[in-house]
Amino acid sequence: MTIGIVSYGAYVPRYRIKIEEIARLWGDNAEALKNGLMVYEKSVPDIDEDAATIAVEAARYAMARSGVDPDRIGAVYTGSESHPYAVKPTSTIIAQAIGATPNMTAADFEFACKAGTAAVQACMGLVGSGMIDLGMAIGADVSQGAPSDALEYTAAAGGVACIIGKKESELAAIIEDTYSFTTDTPDFWRREGMPYPEHGGRFTGEPGYFKHVTNGAKGLLEKLGTKPEDYDYAVFHQPNGKFPSKVAKTLGFTKAQITPGLVVPKIGNTYSGSCLMGIAATLDQAKPGDRIFATAFGSGAGSDAFSITVTDRIEEIRNRAPKVSELIKDPIYIDYARYARHKGKIRLA
Amino acid sequence: MSSVPRFWRNLGSRYNLEGTRCNECGENFYPPRNVCVNCRRVGQIEPYKFKGTGEIISYTLIHTAAEGFEGQAPYTLAIIQLDEGPRLTSQVVGSPEKIHIGMRVRSVFRKLGEDGERGMIYYGTKFVPENA
Repeated sequence: MTIGIVSYGAYVPRYRIKIEEIARLWGDNAEALKNGLMVYEKSVPDIDEDAATIAVEAARYAMARSGVDPDRIGAVYTGSESHPYAVKPTSTIIAQAIGATPNMTAADFEFACKAGTAAVQACMGLVGSGMIDLGMAIGADVSQGAPSDALEYTAAAGGVACIIGKKESELAAIIEDTYSFTTDTPDFWRREGMPYPEHGGRFTGEPGYFKHVTNGAKGLLEKLGTKPEDYDYAVFHQPNGKFPSKVAKTLGFTKAQITPGLVVPKIGNTYSGSCLMGIAATLDQAKPGDRIFATAFGSGAGSDAFSITVTDRIEEIRNRAPKVSELIKDPIYIDYARYARHKGKIRLA
Repeated sequence: MSSVPRFWRNLGSRYNLEGTRCNECGENFYPPRNVCVNCRRVGQIEPYKFKGTGEIISYTLIHTAAEGFEGQAPYTLAIIQLDEGPRLTSQVVGSPEKIHIGMRVRSVFRKLGEDGERGMIYYGTKFVPENA
């Protein structure tokens, strides 16, 4: 059976803060940070934007790109680690805002940065089994980084929605297969009621990101009998620019394969949107027949790898909604004070 | 802000600019009307979803915000004429100094407000300059 991406839509808020501005406040060395992280600025939500509004904008772009009747959406699953409510689904807000309610199912997903791709896999299962016609999987975040913490330099905002289906004439990209690698690894967490996450510092690297991304990617390559050179593009979860570049090299992928999807230097880590943002940016420029290898990572920890082949349909739908490159051009730069206000870091009495 | 049921009853028009249209005279209504003001009992009212594009007819800059909106001040409140006819009042997101009468705008999904830290978050439609 063929399952794939019928459509996709991305959204990135317009505001940006530069690494220099955050470093200025905390007395850090901006040049060293930029070289180390390969991140130069990050996206910041507007005062009235959160994971739900970002998810709705991405979902509406996905609907506009697909042209499908919203009544056909049988499931909306939203992955985020910044759901606006602790109890009350984000996904029902999105479903209502795209006109997909009420004959459908919905739920929120949480798995650090890979909740969006976990939602993609769930939709693949429901579509593949025939339980639903089309499913919408979303990864969206307004991620949190504590003031002066290393995460503050990269924790950004953005989201991507994918419509998953199986009608071959509708597929813009076929998902050939997926493979996950999951262990209990406490590299990053946020306790109930806490405003900012905690992390294991360097522990997030080797035992977290690199172990899981490498094993997830290798697992899928072995399962399919494919090699890195069989792919035109590759996307790896991008918490910064350094990690995906390093893991790509380790696995045998080239810089040319990952460059089109590497959006983190300009917008930062969009967490649940991160890997999907790379896939969206790649789909924005891929040609029919091109193959994309993608691996998402979520702390806690696990990875979801996907092998994707682009179809002729991509050319028809691509220009019906803004491309990632269009969404991230013309940013509005803000200083730390305004950033603190936008992110609710200043508490009014 | 408004009560939870009161807000919930209007979700359709707040989220998706759902109004009504009279097929007898062709007039569109936002917020939705159940009876056509022109045709009365012979009117043919049916649901109509507005495209979300229009232009600013007039605007004001709010510095002293009402309760629940203090965190958003200063913000622009505008009368917007939708391309299908009706006028509505909405916030226009973006730099106040760039807003002008006749400016083309499009709808976006934003937080309208919230009942403090414990209460409901109200989502709905605001507008941004069309090319933003």
